[in-house]
Amino acid sequence: MKTFVYIDHFKGEVQPASWEALGLAKSFGTAVALVFGTGVDEVAKAAVEFGADEVLVADDSSLTDYRAEVYASTLSALASSQSPNLILFPTTARTREMAAMSAVDLNTGVLTDVSALEVNGESFIATRPIYEGKVLEKTVCSGKPVMATIRGRAFPKPNREEGKSGTITKVSAAGEAKSTVEGYSASESAVNLGDAPVIVSGGRGVSNNPNITPPAGMDEKQAEVWRAQQGFALITDLATLLGGAVGASRAAVDGGYITYAHQVGQTGKVVAPDLYIAAGISGAIQHLVGMRNAKLIVAINKDADAPIFKQARYGVVGDLFQILPALTEAMKKKLGK
Amino acid sequence: MKIIACIKQVPDSEAKVRAEGGQVSWGDAPLVINPFDEYAVEGALQQKEASGGTVTALCVGTESAKEALKHALAMGADEAILVSDAALNDLDTVGAAKVLAAAIQKIGGADMVVFGRQTLDNGAGLTPAQTARVLGWPMLGLAGQIKVDGGSVTVERVLEEGRQSMKANLPAVLSVVQSIGEPRYPSFMGIRKASKATIPVWSLSDLGASAPAPIVTRTELMNPPAQETATEMITGETPAEIAEKLADKIIAEKVL
Repeated sequence: MKTFVYIDHFKGEVQPASWEALGLAKSFGTAVALVFGTGVDEVAKAAVEFGADEVLVADDSSLTDYRAEVYASTLSALASSQSPNLILFPTTARTREMAAMSAVDLNTGVLTDVSALEVNGESFIATRPIYEGKVLEKTVCSGKPVMATIRGRAFPKPNREEGKSGTITKVSAAGEAKSTVEGYSASESAVNLGDAPVIVSGGRGVSNNPNITPPAGMDEKQAEVWRAQQGFALITDLATLLGGAVGASRAAVDGGYITYAHQVGQTGKVVAPDLYIAAGISGAIQHLVGMRNAKLIVAINKDADAPIFKQARYGVVGDLFQILPALTEAMKKKLGK
Repeated sequence: MKIIACIKQVPDSEAKVRAEGGQVSWGDAPLVINPFDEYAVEGALQQKEASGGTVTALCVGTESAKEALKHALAMGADEAILVSDAALNDLDTVGAAKVLAAAIQKIGGADMVVFGRQTLDNGAGLTPAQTARVLGWPMLGLAGQIKVDGGSVTVERVLEEGRQSMKANLPAVLSVVQSIGEPRYPSFMGIRKASKATIPVWSLSDLGASAPAPIVTRTELMNPPAQETATEMITGETPAEIAEKLADKIIAEKVL
């Protein structure tokens, strides 16, 4: 059994679920890692250290910037010449596009957001969420190779063996790009909810602190956003201490308290961290479907009837503006930080 | 400019969706335009306002999907077309892309095709890029801003890593994200116009296409494991006492 694993990176920064895909591929047999771009030697080396049996590197100026068309054509050409049984990807904005296109080229299909993958003879049975995780389906793909994008943190990450040597083979790029990248501006803070082991999230409730006074001259909306940002600062303190990321409900994003990149839920990101702390989030179904697979859920809300408590293992009915800083302090002490 | 907005009809996002007897059930929840596709219609209408031209809403679905198309008309789309055929019940995303591409070719002369980023039902988010691939047109995905200049289009692509400006020649396929702007509400005039509109229905033979054989098929449908969470409420006299107890509980769970 031969599996291609596409190592997704943005300017050399690898999406960690790429390594999880590599570990999964190893469990099926031979794992061949694919690295596309320019100046990607470090990424190729990391792929060897994470256990790739071979790394195919397409280092070509047409691949410097990710463009779906040329990445897909390069992948399709490699798959046609080497006939893998399976191609795995981490689920990202880029892999959804290039896998989608390559599946058209190869007359096969893509199973997205896969949380379990079983082998049954020659075929693979993937478990994936539909209707935003309200229902799960098992699907099979009759085309060859089978393509699957895996959900982050659904499969174990393999150990890295520093300094391991392995076979790195240069391959050619194929096809033509149909677009140009004109510019790029990085996010103010990198938000990677999909890979975060801990997420602390805030909702509409973070703007309700009556004990702080906004600076003079703000209108009502500005004052609300200002209050919310003070609330999110408390959330950020706890998230930072626990090595986690900051999440938000749709209400908080719609209110302009925080950017869309932080949104957890149906129209945001579906996450499954080890620990999810929801503060000031009432728990609309659209939010719950996005976080209910967290291993441990803690809810802090002043409304004892908030639906979020039904999903939580531990609940606190109280004022998040008092509980959050106290929790940060208690954690700091107990974790010796 | 001729713009086509591709939409789908899905159960309302508030629906309690369940697996029942091997089928997906959403009770008596209404079917609505896929919420992500409202942004596609909004993006298309913004471009029409900026550059002139027309917006055509296109949908593959059953007869009931005319209601979703009427929503697009009420928002301001100029015309709507439904592709419906009994042979299309088991479409996978590649199949949907082939049917949409055939319909886009039949409409003819399109400069821009706009999709939402994904649908609420299947949620794979593959169809926009696959439609672009079938047509052989450039794909500009996850656009938060669109600017047309002569024969080219520049989008600001919203990624987790940041915002990227990408440019391609028209015709092109785009998918849009929420930053494009809140979808406008249908106007009174729009609703009246939509209620009177006749929506043409094209079959596969109208498209000169045969039903694509599904490559991806479902073998089983399951409800997610029931949450057996017994919630333990943490109480105390002071926030510090509550926090102390809660911190102990979290640490004891060994998730950190």
